Amino acid sequence: MYAYDLRLAWHSIRRNPGLSALMVLAIALGIAVCTVTFTVYHAMATNPIPHRSAQLFAVTLDTWDPQEPYDDDNPEHPPTLLTHRDATFLHESKAAPRSLVMYKTGALLLPERAGVKPFETVVRATTHAFFSMFDVPFKYGQGWGDGADLAQEPVVVLSAETNDKVFGGENSVGRTIKLDQTDYRVVGVLEPWAPSPKFHDLNNGMFEDPEDVYLPFSRARALEMPVYGNTNCWKSETQNSYQDFLNSECVWLQMWAELPSAAARDKYQAFLDNYAREQKKAGRMPRPLNNRLYDVAQWLDRNEVVQKDNRVLIGIALLFLGVCLVNVVGLLLAKFLNAATLTGLRRALGASRRDIVRQHMTEVLVLGLAGGLLGLVLAVGGLAGIRSIYNSDWNRDAYQRLTEIDPVVVLVTLALSLIAGAVAGLYPSWRIGRTAPAVYLKTQ
Amino acid sequence: MLQMQNVTKAYRTDLLETHALREFSLEVEKGEFVAVMGPSGSGKTTFLNVAGLLETFDSGSYTLDGQDVSKLDDDARSHVRNHKIGFIFQSFNLIPDLNVFDNVDVPLRYRRMSASERRERITSALDLVGLGSRTRHLPSQLSGGQQQRVAIARALAGDPALLLADEPTGNLDSLMARQVMDLMEQINGMGTTIVMVTHDPELARRAHRNVQVIDGQITDFKPYEPHTATVTPLHSPVATATYG
Repeated sequence: MYAYDLRLAWHSIRRNPGLSALMVLAIALGIAVCTVTFTVYHAMATNPIPHRSAQLFAVTLDTWDPQEPYDDDNPEHPPTLLTHRDATFLHESKAAPRSLVMYKTGALLLPERAGVKPFETVVRATTHAFFSMFDVPFKYGQGWGDGADLAQEPVVVLSAETNDKVFGGENSVGRTIKLDQTDYRVVGVLEPWAPSPKFHDLNNGMFEDPEDVYLPFSRARALEMPVYGNTNCWKSETQNSYQDFLNSECVWLQMWAELPSAAARDKYQAFLDNYAREQKKAGRMPRPLNNRLYDVAQWLDRNEVVQKDNRVLIGIALLFLGVCLVNVVGLLLAKFLNAATLTGLRRALGASRRDIVRQHMTEVLVLGLAGGLLGLVLAVGGLAGIRSIYNSDWNRDAYQRLTEIDPVVVLVTLALSLIAGAVAGLYPSWRIGRTAPAVYLKTQ
Repeated sequence: MLQMQNVTKAYRTDLLETHALREFSLEVEKGEFVAVMGPSGSGKTTFLNVAGLLETFDSGSYTLDGQDVSKLDDDARSHVRNHKIGFIFQSFNLIPDLNVFDNVDVPLRYRRMSASERRERITSALDLVGLGSRTRHLPSQLSGGQQQRVAIARALAGDPALLLADEPTGNLDSLMARQVMDLMEQINGMGTTIVMVTHDPELARRAHRNVQVIDGQITDFKPYEPHTATVTPLHSPVATATYG
C-alpha cells in the first residue's frame, strides 16, 4: 500500500508542478537556514573527547582580587588560569593520579631542509602527561617522559603539519630541529590532531588549530619563553625579573588533572580546599573559598563555547522554519482541496479516512524529503559563502571546522525535513480525510 | 438485497431545513434492475447517496445484503462500499492521470488484494466491457462512451452485490447511451442488482421496475416480478439483452 501511496504522491506532484515546487522551495529555505545554524552550533557544542570527558578536570582556584570578582558577569566563576606557584605546587604534589601544566608560547623554527625558510611556530609548553591524558595520537615515536620534564631536556613533539613542512613527512624521530637558536631532538610526531573545540586551551582561539610544536614546560620556563596566551594580574606587584613574574599573583598557566572516579574527584577537591586554606593563612587568596574542578563538558559550558547568541540563532532559525511551514500548510490545503473531487471519488470507491490521510501524508513526506535535500544543497552553498566571507589566514581553519557538514547534521536535516513535512501535512491531510465523499462528487 | 424503511434525511443550515427524504421506504430484490425517476430536487440523488453509504441519514433503517448498515461508523461504511457497492456516475469520474488499468484498479487497492488477483479481475472486467486492449490509454484518449465503460468495469471489478448508477447515460449521445444500457442489462443478467437514477423514460423502460420519487417520497411503486433474460457472452464488447 505504501508503494501505491508513493505512486499517487508522484501523480499528485506532477499534477501541480508549480505548487509542488513552491512547497519544496519553502521547506528547503527553512531547512537550509536551520542546517546552517545547526552546523555551526553542532561544531561548537560537540564534546571533542567524550570518552574521557568525565575523567579530565580543569583545575581552578580563586586567587583573584578581594575587591572584585574575576568575571563581573559571573562573579561565582574563579579565574580560568592559575598562578605559577599554585600550578607547579599542585602538579608536583602528585595529588592527582595524572596532571599537567601548560601554556602557549612560540619560537622561530630554523629548518635544515633546503628550500624551507625559517618560520614562526606556535609552541605548547607542557608536561609529559599531556599526550596520554588527552589521547593525542602519534604517527612516529611518542611523547617525552617524566625524566625529560625534571631534566628540562631539549626534546620536542611535532605536529603532523610541522613534520610535513620540515621533514617532508618522513619519520623524524631522533632528528634535530632548531628553535630560537636551541637544538631540540624530535621524540615524536603526531597524527593530524585538531580537537574542535580546542578544549584544552579555550583561552586562545576555541576553534583554532592546535600548536605546531610541543616541548617540556620546564624547558620553556628555563628559557623564559614568552607567554602567547593570556596573562592576567590583579595585584600591583613589582616584577624586575622572570623569577618575580613566576612568584607573582598573575595567572597564566592552565592545569588539568585526571580523576578517574567520583571518589578521586572528591578527594582532590578536598586537597585543593585544604591547600587554599593554608594559603589563606599565609596571607594569600583573600576571596572566599571557591576552588572548582570542571570536567570537559562543564569546561566548555563554563567558557561559553556555545554562546547565548548561537542559541538565540537556533531559535530564530526554527521560527523561520515555522513561518515556512505555515505557508506550506496553506499551500497544502489549497492543493488538497483543489483535488478534493478525486479524494471524494476514492472515498466512494472504498478508501477509508485512514487510507486518505496516509496517502496525503505520504505526498507531504515526499515533498518534505525533497525540500530537505534541496535545503541541504542550499545549506552547503550557504556554509561555503560563510567560509568565503571569513577567509583570512588566521581564521580560515577555524571557520572551515565550524562550517563543515558532518553525517550527524545530514541525518538531523533529513529527519527535520520529514518531521517538518509531517507537521505541515498533518492538518491538511486530516482535514481532507474528514471530507464527506458525497459533497465533492456532487460538484462533478 | 436493499431494504429501506422510513428513512428520513434533512439538510440543515442556520436558516433553513430541507427535507430530502421523508419516510422513504424501498425494497429491491437480489438480481433486480430498478430505475428511480423523478423531477430535479425530488431526492433521487440523496437516495442514491444514502443507498451507497456516501451520506448518513437521520432516522429509519437500511439493510443491505442482509446487513443492517444504518449505524455503521465511517470505517465500516467504507468497507461496505468497497466490498458490496459499485458506483457509476453521470460524469464517469475517472481519475484523469491514471490509465484505464489503474482506474479500474482503484477500488481493488483498498481491498489489499494481491497484485495477481487484481490483475485478473481488472483484465476480466475490461474484457467484459470491451476495452481489454485499451488498458494503457488515459481517459482523455477515450470517447465518452468508452470512459463510461471503464467506469462500469471499475464498478464491476470488485464483484459488487449492488450497482448504483446515477444518470449513467446523461453525458452520452444516443448511440453510446444505448451501448451503455445494453451493457448494464448484460451485467444485470449476470445477477448483479442495479439501481439506476434517470430522467430518461426510455432508459427507465429497460429496467424491471420503475419507482417515482417526489418530495423525498416514493409515489409510484410496483412489486418486483422476475424477468427472464437472454445474455450474450461476457467477452462481447457490447452485449444485448432481451427482457420478456
